[in-house]
Amino acid sequence: MDVRAQVAMVFHLDKCIGCHTCSIACKNLWTSREGTEYMWWNNVETKPGTGYPTLWEDQDKYRGGWEVKGNQLRPRLGPRLGVLSQLFYNPYLPVMDDYYEPWTYDYETLANAPAGDDQPTARPVSRVTGRYIDLEAGPNWDDDLSGSTTYARNDTNLSNLTDAERASLFQIEQMVFFYLPRICNHCLNPGCVAVCPSGAIYKRAEDGAVLISQEKCRGWRFCVSGCPYKKTYYNWRTGKSEKCILCYPRLEMGQTSSCFHSCVGRIRYQGILFYDADRIEEVARAPESELVEAQRSIILDPKDAAVEAGAKKNGINDAWIDAARRSPIYKFVKDWELALPLHAEFRTLPNLFYVPPLLPVINATKKGVYEIAETDYFGAIESARVPMKYMASLFSAGNEEIVKKVLKKLIAVRSHRQSKKVGNISENQANALLVEAGCTASEVEQIFRMTSLPRYEDRFVIPPYQRERDVETAPDRTAIKQKGQTGLGFTQAPRRGP
Amino acid sequence: MINIFLFAILPYIAVTAAIVGAIWRYVTNRYSFSTISSQFLEGRRLFWGSVPWHWGIITVLLGHLFVVLLPLVVKGFISAPVRLYLIEGTGFALGMLLLFGLILLLFRRAISPRVRAVTSTFDVVLLVLLLVQAVAGLGIAIFYRWGVSWSLQTAVPWMWSLASFSPKVEYMADLPVLVKIHAVNAWVLIGIFPFTRLVHILSIPLAYIWRPYQRVTWYRRQPQQ
Repeated sequence: MDVRAQVAMVFHLDKCIGCHTCSIACKNLWTSREGTEYMWWNNVETKPGTGYPTLWEDQDKYRGGWEVKGNQLRPRLGPRLGVLSQLFYNPYLPVMDDYYEPWTYDYETLANAPAGDDQPTARPVSRVTGRYIDLEAGPNWDDDLSGSTTYARNDTNLSNLTDAERASLFQIEQMVFFYLPRICNHCLNPGCVAVCPSGAIYKRAEDGAVLISQEKCRGWRFCVSGCPYKKTYYNWRTGKSEKCILCYPRLEMGQTSSCFHSCVGRIRYQGILFYDADRIEEVARAPESELVEAQRSIILDPKDAAVEAGAKKNGINDAWIDAARRSPIYKFVKDWELALPLHAEFRTLPNLFYVPPLLPVINATKKGVYEIAETDYFGAIESARVPMKYMASLFSAGNEEIVKKVLKKLIAVRSHRQSKKVGNISENQANALLVEAGCTASEVEQIFRMTSLPRYEDRFVIPPYQRERDVETAPDRTAIKQKGQTGLGFTQAPRRGP
Repeated sequence: MINIFLFAILPYIAVTAAIVGAIWRYVTNRYSFSTISSQFLEGRRLFWGSVPWHWGIITVLLGHLFVVLLPLVVKGFISAPVRLYLIEGTGFALGMLLLFGLILLLFRRAISPRVRAVTSTFDVVLLVLLLVQAVAGLGIAIFYRWGVSWSLQTAVPWMWSLASFSPKVEYMADLPVLVKIHAVNAWVLIGIFPFTRLVHILSIPLAYIWRPYQRVTWYRRQPQQ
């Protein structure tokens, strides 16, 4: 057992209102520089939808993540020599048009235009070429566009649905959508690291943040294809790849990451998980339908004495062990089994877990009125507006039972609280739902507290990093040499090109 | 006099600049030790330009290297005319391939507004120098055929004389202008390469073939192997 700590995350999708405050917080901090304007390390997409970049989930197109060949786990991009032979042109690289061309507006015209009959307009100007452009795509271009033929209907997760299921999903007045906020998953088995020819990407062992050394990066861009979540981005100005850094400078100061801190809906949780690094490959190789279960099994119980001893052996101190014991992530993922990894079939073992949304699932029946029948809650799941197949494609690698189990528990929490507070559901019925969901009243009460009434320190349990001590005792003292040189590890101005 | 400068002095200047320049850039600005890919901005034309260019130039350069390093082997090999034709024909075809790619890359930089936004003057100068080199090489192949053979008595011994620090200009002095251009331009390219985007030649990531897929970095503890 090789115990390591990982900063992990939970997003509770029922609570996401799609306000994009997280995206803006991130953009203001990290990606407002030239070359990074188009990057959204944190983005919020509408599901069903094609996402950002367009069709990022389609691994036939981008070849991200891993595949099992024989009994071997290998990057979907291909064998190593195959990757190297594509250095001169990477056929699986998304180009700028798959994201969008960043722009600003020609505001000066508004002030400088000569007097005339027409009101002057500020035309959009490309931030790459400086020319006027016609806007054809932009950040959140498909926001709220459920049912659209360009976006929602091309969602790759619909590929397993029957025509009838699709038709019902996109019926007028029956349309449904939910928001899917995404950041880098800081995976246990990251695809970007595995395909980096320069070896510039690494996982920080202390907290599991996956980072790109800007100094070592040579801009081959395979990480962009190799990450199945498309969460590494190519900076076209500096010729280097960049990605979400989990706000490690904030974490090291004891603060939660900026997108978490700013979340208006309070959907986000951040904390520590302990995992067994010896089992990464074995777990990532598991059969598809067992992947979620396998990933749960790699997460270790921090209350276990053997795990504690293993953690100490690896230099994890008491404060971190304590943080792991109080981790909201452990509760959501292990204790309650409510939060699921996104697209586990990519086999990267992501560390961002989602509580799947319940609201769009419950069926609206007659005349567009939501009919939440007391007697038939589970019937509602079977005839859901969003087919279970779709939810399973997103959150449980196609295993519908896992998603159903989560949704049943969420229904049990709701009905339990409704029977207590509103009284529209009888106690007997609520108890029956508890039994059906396989949980107890006290567990449901805990879930309710953590979902609806958590305080700041319940949502974010960030252990003390004691970075100053680490820096001073580091073997090569690089960090001391670079003291005072701010930025993403740059030792000089990252200016390149014309 | 000009011959002495071009064929006895310039090569040493170029090699010195290449070695010192590459080391200097690596030490002082490792961050910039790569090319700036523009595939993200424009991919379709890049494919038709970059792939023929790179594979063409790699094979042609290896061919040049082979002739210079192993002249006796080459001499034996081309003693049968068929083999000489084969080598020259292959070389010419590869040369055309890389020329095609190079022209397309130049054309792409000129017409794609996005790519122009990341193009520096030096990028254009470099592309033009490479174009001169490729055209001169192909011109030699057309007008002064069987270079593989005659270079064994001219350019190759000249290179060896350079390597032994006793440059013999007379090997090159009487060759046609086109050959001289090809030789001089080659040294110019070698001399400027560490100061241009060509520096990416030195960052070929061969270590990827044997490194483990995952990289985990410990801050305080060295990883246990």
